[in-house]
Amino acid sequence: MSSRVLLEVCGISKHFPGVQALSEVSLHVCVGEVLAVVGENGAGKSTLMKVVAGVHRPDAGELRLDGQPIRLNGVGDALDRGIVLIHQELNLAENLSIAANLFLGRERVVGGWLGWLDGSSMDRQARELLDRVGLMESPRRIVGELSVGQRQLVEIARALSLKARLIIMDEPTSSLTQRETDRLYEVIDGLRAAGVAVLYISHRLAEVKRVADRVTVLRDGRNAGELSREQIDHDTLVRLMVGRDLKQLYPRQHTAKAEAPIRLTVREVRYANGPTSPVSFTLRGGEIVGMAGLVGAGRTELAEALFGLRSLTSGEVLLDGQAVQFRHPEQAIAAGLLLIPEDRRRHGLVLQEDVRSNLSLPNLAQLSGLFGWVRRGHESALCRDLMSRLRVKASSPRQIVGQLSGGNQQKVVVGKWLARRPRVLIFDEPTRGVDVGARSEIYALMDELAGQGVAILMISSDMEEVLGMSDRVLVLHEGRLAGELSRDQLGEEAIMHLATGGSFSEQVASAASAILQGFKRVPPGENSQE
Amino acid sequence: MNRLLGILLMVALLYGVLIASDERARELGTQETIAARVGFYGVLTVGVGVLIISGGIDLSIGSVIGLTAVLFGMMLESQVSPWLAMLAVLLLSAGIGLLHGVLVTGLRLQPFLVTLCGLFIYRGLARWANSSAVGLGVGAPPEFREQVDWFRNLLVGSPLGIPQQLVLLLVIALIVGLFLHGTRYGRYLFAIGANEEAARYAGISTERYKILAYILCSLLAGLGGVLTILESRSVNATNAGSLLELYAITGAVLGGCSLRGGEGSVAGMLLGTAVLPLLRQLCSFNEISNELEYAVIGLALLLGTIADEILKRRAARRG
Repeated sequence: MSSRVLLEVCGISKHFPGVQALSEVSLHVCVGEVLAVVGENGAGKSTLMKVVAGVHRPDAGELRLDGQPIRLNGVGDALDRGIVLIHQELNLAENLSIAANLFLGRERVVGGWLGWLDGSSMDRQARELLDRVGLMESPRRIVGELSVGQRQLVEIARALSLKARLIIMDEPTSSLTQRETDRLYEVIDGLRAAGVAVLYISHRLAEVKRVADRVTVLRDGRNAGELSREQIDHDTLVRLMVGRDLKQLYPRQHTAKAEAPIRLTVREVRYANGPTSPVSFTLRGGEIVGMAGLVGAGRTELAEALFGLRSLTSGEVLLDGQAVQFRHPEQAIAAGLLLIPEDRRRHGLVLQEDVRSNLSLPNLAQLSGLFGWVRRGHESALCRDLMSRLRVKASSPRQIVGQLSGGNQQKVVVGKWLARRPRVLIFDEPTRGVDVGARSEIYALMDELAGQGVAILMISSDMEEVLGMSDRVLVLHEGRLAGELSRDQLGEEAIMHLATGGSFSEQVASAASAILQGFKRVPPGENSQE
Repeated sequence: MNRLLGILLMVALLYGVLIASDERARELGTQETIAARVGFYGVLTVGVGVLIISGGIDLSIGSVIGLTAVLFGMMLESQVSPWLAMLAVLLLSAGIGLLHGVLVTGLRLQPFLVTLCGLFIYRGLARWANSSAVGLGVGAPPEFREQVDWFRNLLVGSPLGIPQQLVLLLVIALIVGLFLHGTRYGRYLFAIGANEEAARYAGISTERYKILAYILCSLLAGLGGVLTILESRSVNATNAGSLLELYAITGAVLGGCSLRGGEGSVAGMLLGTAVLPLLRQLCSFNEISNELEYAVIGLALLLGTIADEILKRRAARRG
């Protein structure tokens, strides 16, 4: 690694409607260096990368390449200078072959103005590029048939073909298998050796440790600190990212009493298009039960089935001892079983409407009188009440929800249900895309609701969250309940063991340990001893 | 709100130009013609506007008009009471709307396709039912003709000094406006149009309300069919009402209904619906040939859309 600075970011600021995404952020990356940019969701990582890649133009500050100030007017400009952004959701034409994607817009042609595609020369060059990233697929293969990891390698190959000097990777491993991740690390090592600089965005601390030469931490759109390779350790990183100790983040005050009445009983339930093995569990009033498992373990589907969005094919559900069968969310809501969906932009909110309309949407029947006439006064009062209770940061109740930050949007989603006297609340990934401040507020609200006797099922892939909030943890594996852990049994190793099917094949074990490296936290039961 | 002001300005401008450009435009007769046109198109526009807000579309309006006009006329030829005949065709058109709604929600077919098929089917049925011109009970005894005339005067005459079509539109707009902007059902339609999934997750029976919107649209088209034959005294199954769906949709879109759903207002629909009759009148006075009329209408819609897009972007940048 040379110490020659390739790119400098100097005091960049960027404002979007309703949010200051970046304030005077600076960083630099050297030739052949891998700089990890870490931060919580909403810390401004992606915005910063888009500024560097020419997608967004900064409001203030400047970029310097090889010491010369540059102005990027669009992505093309950045590409010309060798700056390539690889998006989180990959930008490949899935209906075309690998070779066609690699040379999209820059096809090799013969026959002059006829523009006849020179397939064999492109295939040959594609082969070389694919060899460099270690992808052993025919260049003729259709991209749509490749796995996500393989597509990522195609993207990197394309970056190489563009003579990239700086490659920006935005959460590249978020949907990769362990093997694909390892392969990616090797490719990154290769890039480093070849003198290509890499900006590596992540919030997974374990992988930062594996790939990065240096780490820059962002928090709330500002520089929060920088660590050299030797200084990278979990606690320091977390403190820089979160800006406070983790203990403060998980405010469990009300703990469930073992003698509390059972609110929800799920007995031998199977649902349409679900797994063949049935699921059974119970929730007590005042309890927060975490539901862990790998992505794709069937947790969201189970929640949807309970909420009446998928029909049950066998088994029974009891709510406060009464057998219930929901064919539509309407019925589940009327009975007090409520879902805060995983994808709030698609399922939780009407983004183009204002805060007030969103908060009142499921409550309109209570807010309206004869002929369904909506009582505006009641509506406004409810909205004001909910907004102050949840501390929703919006310019007014009439602000469009789509303009709010992720955390405030999530508060609105939760707020919709508070007027409904919930009995059972299912939170599906409650803090995905939510900034730290709002996260702790949402946790506090969950704790408060539990204290009022609401039974809470918290589906989460965030192991810290599961450990920090749960009284009990259910672990789902391939739609089957793989195990249940009580408060004193809670430990990351145990949860990962169950979530991966309980059988520690070599690959699974390495995946588990990789994830676990990132989570050296004390379970909440032992917090008091610290 | 800006949107409403913009379209209000456009209507006022068109009207001003019309009044200023030609002496004939100031005559009472011209005013009445325009008012009757606005009333008639408006009834259709309000129906399809509500449907567009809920995220749907209806291309079969013109054919429903043709079918109901022909059937209404045929019943009158058989000396069925006009009230009864109107009830019958309104029930039929509501049934058509119900069918559209069920096909769209139950079988998850695309609204565009379902109603495009409807466009062909109802036109075909109308032509099959009667291949020649249908009138208002021409051969009937005088007492019946009197009854029909009275009925005609009630719906398309001017007993209050202004054309009844406009009165009818204002009544319908008032009712639909209260429904759409005042009740929770209206809110549900907006939510469904903007994000159907989110509405379903909020516990709204989205299917029910979508079907309701299709019924309303077809019902008003059926009423349009009755108005059509009453107004022209005689219709032909081949062309009665044809292309009117495009007029209705144009009015709704000019009035601020987004084809993506979830946006629009009844006030906007009323203003938007006034644009086309004014344009047509302008064309005819300024001796722009009939053949060009469609081109002018298309151009007006295109300009409206461009202006709207520019305004929207400017607003977004300021926001």
